[in-house]
Amino acid sequence: MNPHRTVARDPAALPRLLLTLLALALLWPGLALSELNLAVLWQADNLATMGKFVGAFWPPAHDTDFLDLLLTATLQTLAMATAGMALALLIAVPAALLASRALSLSALPRGGRPAPWAQALRWPVRGLLIVLRSVPEIVWALLFVRAVGLGPTAGVLAIAITYSGMLGKVYAEIFESVDQKPTRALLLSGSGRLAAFCYGTLPNAAGELLSYTVYRWECAIRASVVMGFVGAGGLGQQMDLSMRMFAGNEVASLLLTFLALVLLADALSRLLRGRLQ
Amino acid sequence: MKRLLDLGLLLAVIAGVVAAFAYLQLDLAGLFSADSLRQMGQYAVRFLQPDLSGAYLASIARGALETLAMSALGTLLAALAGLLLALPAAGRFGGAAEALARLLLNALRAVPELVWAALMVLAAGLGPNAGTLALALHTAGVLGRLFAEALENTPAEPAQAIHLAGGSRLTAFLYGTLPGVLPQLLAYSLYRWENNIRMASVLGFVGAGGLGQMLYVSLSLFQEAQAATVILAMLVLVLLVDICSSQLRQRWLKA
Amino acid sequence: MTLSLSGVGLTHANGQAALTDLTLAVTQGERVAIIGPSGAGKTSLLRLLATALQPSSGELRLFGQQPWALSARQRQQLRRRIGLIHQSPPLPPRQRVVTAVLAGRLGHWSLAKALLNLIYPQERQAASAALARLDLSDKLYEHCDQLSGGQLQRVGIARVLYQGAELILADEPVSAMDPVLAGHTLEILSQEAQQRGSTMIASLHAVDLALAHFPRVIGLRDGRVLFDKPSQAVTPTDLEALYANAQLQVSVPASPVAPPVTLHIPRC
Repeated sequence: MNPHRTVARDPAALPRLLLTLLALALLWPGLALSELNLAVLWQADNLATMGKFVGAFWPPAHDTDFLDLLLTATLQTLAMATAGMALALLIAVPAALLASRALSLSALPRGGRPAPWAQALRWPVRGLLIVLRSVPEIVWALLFVRAVGLGPTAGVLAIAITYSGMLGKVYAEIFESVDQKPTRALLLSGSGRLAAFCYGTLPNAAGELLSYTVYRWECAIRASVVMGFVGAGGLGQQMDLSMRMFAGNEVASLLLTFLALVLLADALSRLLRGRLQ
Repeated sequence: MKRLLDLGLLLAVIAGVVAAFAYLQLDLAGLFSADSLRQMGQYAVRFLQPDLSGAYLASIARGALETLAMSALGTLLAALAGLLLALPAAGRFGGAAEALARLLLNALRAVPELVWAALMVLAAGLGPNAGTLALALHTAGVLGRLFAEALENTPAEPAQAIHLAGGSRLTAFLYGTLPGVLPQLLAYSLYRWENNIRMASVLGFVGAGGLGQMLYVSLSLFQEAQAATVILAMLVLVLLVDICSSQLRQRWLKA
Repeated sequence: MTLSLSGVGLTHANGQAALTDLTLAVTQGERVAIIGPSGAGKTSLLRLLATALQPSSGELRLFGQQPWALSARQRQQLRRRIGLIHQSPPLPPRQRVVTAVLAGRLGHWSLAKALLNLIYPQERQAASAALARLDLSDKLYEHCDQLSGGQLQRVGIARVLYQGAELILADEPVSAMDPVLAGHTLEILSQEAQQRGSTMIASLHAVDLALAHFPRVIGLRDGRVLFDKPSQAVTPTDLEALYANAQLQVSVPASPVAPPVTLHIPRC
């Protein structure tokens, strides 16, 4: 008795087979392109180099000069993230107001759907926001280092640009997600758009907006930690230097500082967001 | 009282922002002065004519594929390693293993990708291999933690039922637990892939291959036209992966 | 002798006594129904027999062995011979019916076969046959979350039939089916058990089903055996004593609800 004849064939078998073949067909060139080779890590000379480097981690560098340097770099990192966020807000808020449908006048008589021409006017703003946030912040940092020179200014601008894109998009979504009735009522009674926004949308959206902003600030700290790798100041720059000099103990101190900073930002952000609830 | 606290908090935030600007001694006025803006404008204009010659596009395509391969394989390796670490981290092999696995996951996650990449360039030499390993290491930490949470939140009864019918722990996991959490694991991995394509395109800054390396080189050589092409390619790649990932996610999470 | 309990007590972790001083013996091929009000300890007793719970006192023997004195490996070998049918079968919502049924024999399979079976279902013929006994052969390739509660219970039964268990334990196996289907399904389960010479113990809240399909009935109340006699000998007085002042049992719908996939995405 042939089981294949009496029982219906597995209908998922062919798709599964094809999917597996497709995955293999993609994996093969992928392996070639990424030159993935784990064995390299266990080659004797590489292992010896790494061993020496990691061996120097303990004790972490803690002489006064280096600690001074570390403090300066940490403060610079924090300041970069904070200043970058402040600038990002300056771009994000107007962009979000332009991109959001929440304040559309043309939508009023159309049951909440803006006229096509009004939507068409929003697209350039949205496109700009997409471009701003889709280019990684460190690429912006690299560009600004060439434009305004080495140092934290480039980092601040990079964070301002990328985060304005992210904040702008999310703010616009938040504006649209809260109850639209109060705003619409105000608009219909003839108030200006900005006034309608302030009295109709903002009270409902404020909590979520602030919470997201604090959350993004935490992300900005993580981002500004590595900005220095392209010369934009902060802890990353010191990290780059220490690594080039093969100073394991300094790298260890820096990594510990990274960790402390990220944990601190995490705790502070949780505290601030907790207050908002 | 609460008002007063809120007001204090607001003042503290404002003071923090002012202090940040003061500490960095940002010359915003100078930065946005007509002179400086003109200079920046001139610099920006040089990016407006990307190099679209066939030969250059071909090398860009190779760089883009390399970046894509780095991100995809890095995520794949990370998903495998993350699952292996998530099992002890979800407390399946006792308390000691749980603490150890969690410590390892946190350590992997705490070190940023770019730092891993710099370390891997030291350990494995220049090139995409270092980038792939760096992505895999950091992402393993992130995914491992998320997977562990997913495993903890999945019902234990299906696996227990198989164990009670004589199945081994491993088969009980494969037939009872995995089918329940697989959609979540896939979704998390796809999310990380979206993140990793962004990271993969910048790891080249420290010598770990991909588009980043091309961008770094052309900017160092003041070839803005070529740099503009690389940035465009990054943009396309990021948007492509975003669309691809969200499509796959919708398919698998619904089915 | 398939199983024997002597002086078995079970106390839950919260200190609540579920079973007290149970002494029972069931021989090979017997079919026994356990009835009683809700909270009487029916489920606890079945889980105890399935070696899901360890007795707090007394001696439990299954197939002449003491399961909790065995090594973990030997206990797994013993567990292969026991099939537990759950009231709401714990099946992963996205698993396919064929896989869910085939999982019944994982205790007998090598790891390689178990892995292969995940990719391409192996003994589809047998799984289909088990499902066909319960009129479900057309659901072979459906996902578990596409089935109704009653269909799902029948999948759970099919899994134990496919497992070929010598001791079938069933906890409210037909609670989510309408009376006609419930009777039909119990009939099939009894037939299968008889043909294979398997022992069957089922808890039921429907007394009429218990009396109609099982030669021996045990009345359980407050963790103790109130009566244990042939079904013909069960009198209305017995039943009145069993269910006195007891509330009507509310049956639990046996459908796996696919939990909404919640993702906590750290975005940076």
